[in-house]
Amino acid sequence: MPRMTMIEAIRSAMDVSMGRDDDVVVFGEDVGYFGGVFRCTQGLQQKYGRSRCFDAPISELGIVGAAIGMASYGLKPCIEIQFADYVYPAYDQIVSEAARLRYRSNGEFTCPIVIRMPTGGGIFGGQTHSQSPEALFTHVSGLKVVVPSNPLDAKGLLIASIEDPDPVIFLEPKRLYNGPFDGHHDRPVTAWSKHELGEVPEGHFTVPLGKAEIRRPGSAVTVLAYGTMVYVAQAAAEETGIDAEVIDLRTLLPLDVETIVASVKKTRRCVVVHEATLTSGFGAELVSLVQENCFYHLEAPVARVTGWDTPYPHAQEWDYFPGPKRVGEALIETMEA
Amino acid sequence: MATAAKKAPAKSKSDTKSLSAPVTPKPVDFTKEQDLAAYREMLLIRRFEEKAGQLYGMGFIGGFCHLYIGQEAVVTGLQMSLIEGDQMITAYRDHGHMLAMGLSARGVMAELTGRRGGLSKGKGGSMHMFSKEKHFYGGHGIVGAQVSLGTGLAFANRYRENPNVSVTYFGDGAANQGQVYESFNMAALWKLPVIYVIENNRYAMGTAVTRASAETDFSQRGVSFKIPGIKVDGMDVRAVKAAGDLATEWCRSGNGPIILEMETYRYRGHSMSDPAKYRSKDEVQKMRSEHDPIEQVKARLIAKKWASEDDLKAVDKDVRDIVADAADFAQTDPEPDASELWTDILI
Repeated sequence: MPRMTMIEAIRSAMDVSMGRDDDVVVFGEDVGYFGGVFRCTQGLQQKYGRSRCFDAPISELGIVGAAIGMASYGLKPCIEIQFADYVYPAYDQIVSEAARLRYRSNGEFTCPIVIRMPTGGGIFGGQTHSQSPEALFTHVSGLKVVVPSNPLDAKGLLIASIEDPDPVIFLEPKRLYNGPFDGHHDRPVTAWSKHELGEVPEGHFTVPLGKAEIRRPGSAVTVLAYGTMVYVAQAAAEETGIDAEVIDLRTLLPLDVETIVASVKKTRRCVVVHEATLTSGFGAELVSLVQENCFYHLEAPVARVTGWDTPYPHAQEWDYFPGPKRVGEALIETMEA
Repeated sequence: MATAAKKAPAKSKSDTKSLSAPVTPKPVDFTKEQDLAAYREMLLIRRFEEKAGQLYGMGFIGGFCHLYIGQEAVVTGLQMSLIEGDQMITAYRDHGHMLAMGLSARGVMAELTGRRGGLSKGKGGSMHMFSKEKHFYGGHGIVGAQVSLGTGLAFANRYRENPNVSVTYFGDGAANQGQVYESFNMAALWKLPVIYVIENNRYAMGTAVTRASAETDFSQRGVSFKIPGIKVDGMDVRAVKAAGDLATEWCRSGNGPIILEMETYRYRGHSMSDPAKYRSKDEVQKMRSEHDPIEQVKARLIAKKWASEDDLKAVDKDVRDIVADAADFAQTDPEPDASELWTDILI
């Protein structure tokens, strides 16, 4: 089976989708001729022509708005916002139009768009190239929110997202593009070519939206994570020797509550981890759901390990980033509670 | 503060000196002092950026770093037209702007390396720096966002009844952001003293202007708002100064906003991680050999016998010393204390 980086897997998902369905179009800033700043669309314009893979001006609001119009007439735009930090001008279109089209039109129209965005930090991007804005989207009814953590899932989830009839926010943890970064910034990262989840089928397959995956089975405590934090959590489990069960949520909306609840009822402890800031973060939703569904099974308060409630710093990136040390401390505290 | 209660003054007709529709002025003749000053300033920016590129390559600067090499004449020439209190605001290719505003090379370089002596204590990085003292309002990482802010600065000038203008820089890429046009409308509607400087370096990241812009004559982007605009040879510091004189006069006379499209060129990639494969080496070489802003001044200084090769070497040495000192400082100054994570935030 071919080995792919996450970038290659994402490119392959678009390639496969464009090959199967003429209604799939790909566009965004630097996406066509240049092939995308992270190279995710490299070669697609040469293969499918300038009418199906093309450059857009630096106009995020216009890009998303035009995609919604295309989608309401039956096209399937898969668009790229160059960094998740750039999406805010388009927020009005996403919230007021994309997410509401199905409801507002009594189901007559849907909005099959995918908005791909590199997310998260760890690359010294500072405050405008490092943010994790997933909670701004999970708060909006009418959207689906996906965060893959490896090449295999990235391809399968992206194809599923493109084929989905509703708007999907597809957040790509940019620190994972080339390998499973576990938060140890002072060590080299294993390449995806040496990781089992870097084995990706060439052709069409999907990973269903709304299904989590247990990455590390365990019995002592459940860790709920997604994106980069999946590897940070696994590292923390290995380094503390705590037998944590690490669940990769993969899709935040719709959320696989069943898998979460079954695990927490088994382990009776839970730690929630994300890179985004704490207050009103997606972790708050997860903690609530665990409390509602597992209260009588819990042996300890549910802990959260997240980015601090500050802008993403430039110089102090690793003080901000919730690395394996902080996650490990939370695991120990939760076990001792 | 008494002035805080003031309403935005409606300009009376007598305040407004109506000027005829501006056209691109001829480059002004520089005096020996002006040419020498421009030479030194542009060389400082270039040597600073070359050093920043080196430090990036050595791993002292991480993440994003956008060099201004090739575009030095734009900020240098415009700065020569400004008076104390005029504000400047720009995007992320901002090192040259800060040096031209008189900010210390140490403070800028140490911000790039994320050290406590940096202008934002290392917390902002290459794209996010400010100086109230020098009227520099950033340093903004989001393409086009500074254009609305610059418009607000111009409003504040009107409100305070001061003579200042807001010099609001953005690129050909940012010119396609929706908020630019919302800003144009407000600035024209309220006759705000703002100079919109569009630094057209031909590439928005890796995308040539023709691939992303229906109208590539950026000087005309204000037509439907009745904002006049002129094209300027942004590689010739004298042409830039002439345009700056015209624009500042236009704004200070109460005529409202004006657009200056600076036709310029960046020699390096968009950022340090961009190998710039979207254009030919010949294209870059042609600009360097035929239009380089620094070489133009140098040739003039020599031809007019205003400076000898040795004189100019001495300037280069002086500038290199400043940059070397800044680089040393930026490598040895400590990183900010961890407690700085929790300063200047709301909790």
